[in-house]
Amino acid sequence: MVLQLQYFLLLAAALFCIGIYGLITSRNAVRVLMSIELLLNAVNINLMAFSNFLDSLAIKGQVFAVFVITIAAAEAAVGLAIVLAIYRNRDTVDMEQFNLLKW
Amino acid sequence: MNLAEGVQLVSFGVLALMMISAALGVVLLSNIVYSAFLLGAVFISIAGMYILLNAGFVAAAQVVIYVGAVNVLILFAIMLVNKREDFKVIPRAWIRQLSTAVVCAGLFALLSVMVLSTPWSYATEVIAGDAATVIIGQHFFSDFLLPFELASVLLLMALVGAIILARREFLPDDVPADATQSPILTLPERPRDLIGANTEGSDRS
Repeated sequence: MVLQLQYFLLLAAALFCIGIYGLITSRNAVRVLMSIELLLNAVNINLMAFSNFLDSLAIKGQVFAVFVITIAAAEAAVGLAIVLAIYRNRDTVDMEQFNLLKW
Repeated sequence: MNLAEGVQLVSFGVLALMMISAALGVVLLSNIVYSAFLLGAVFISIAGMYILLNAGFVAAAQVVIYVGAVNVLILFAIMLVNKREDFKVIPRAWIRQLSTAVVCAGLFALLSVMVLSTPWSYATEVIAGDAATVIIGQHFFSDFLLPFELASVLLLMALVGAIILARREFLPDDVPADATQSPILTLPERPRDLIGANTEGSDRS
């Protein structure tokens, strides 16, 4: 019994579903950003598993994983800056009280 | 991977258990500082997964970038907005959480059925292993050159934009008045707790 591709894909699917649950139900704005990081990491696990099991010679999945890590770092910086700016204006981090850009 | 198969399987199980429980803690715990530290645990266990997948370079990048930079940035943001506020209770919030949980379980069921029923065509070549770093570098400078350069430009733009967004706003009207009246050197920013005092003083005078 060896490690299969399916184990990693199922694990990434579980992590993705946990991230979506946190993204929708959490009310703290920083926790929403943390859930987005969970989603990106789930996608990264998929990419790495595919590059190991299906494309083990020209490992393009690892290249894409590095790109995703880069974009995630940029997203974290900009997102936390936006959270800080909103907190300074609204004096709260509750997602339910942000009615900007609503209608 | 030159570990035995049983060792690989056991370490996969340990890493998966640690990762799922830490991710549930990130989502479900009420104290957000605990959530941030558990997010670091998730990132470290994902790096272990990458090592199991013969990708040492990306595992090292994961530890350096996520645990060293992103997680510290999140902790900074949490402690900058560390206001112990009790959120207003929404009536019937459990309906929202229950429906979200049902949708997520359905999504997981759909994904697992897809994963288990697809006939994957496994590669038969020898696994790159330690040569992965060299191969990634060759990809970066031959066929992924344009995305690589675009990523660097995007990082620069994102960091400059983050600094501009998170900076306190500049008030140019206060600076000459302060300079003529008081020789005390202050930063040309608006301090938070002095806004009310300034407006009260101008009203009184």
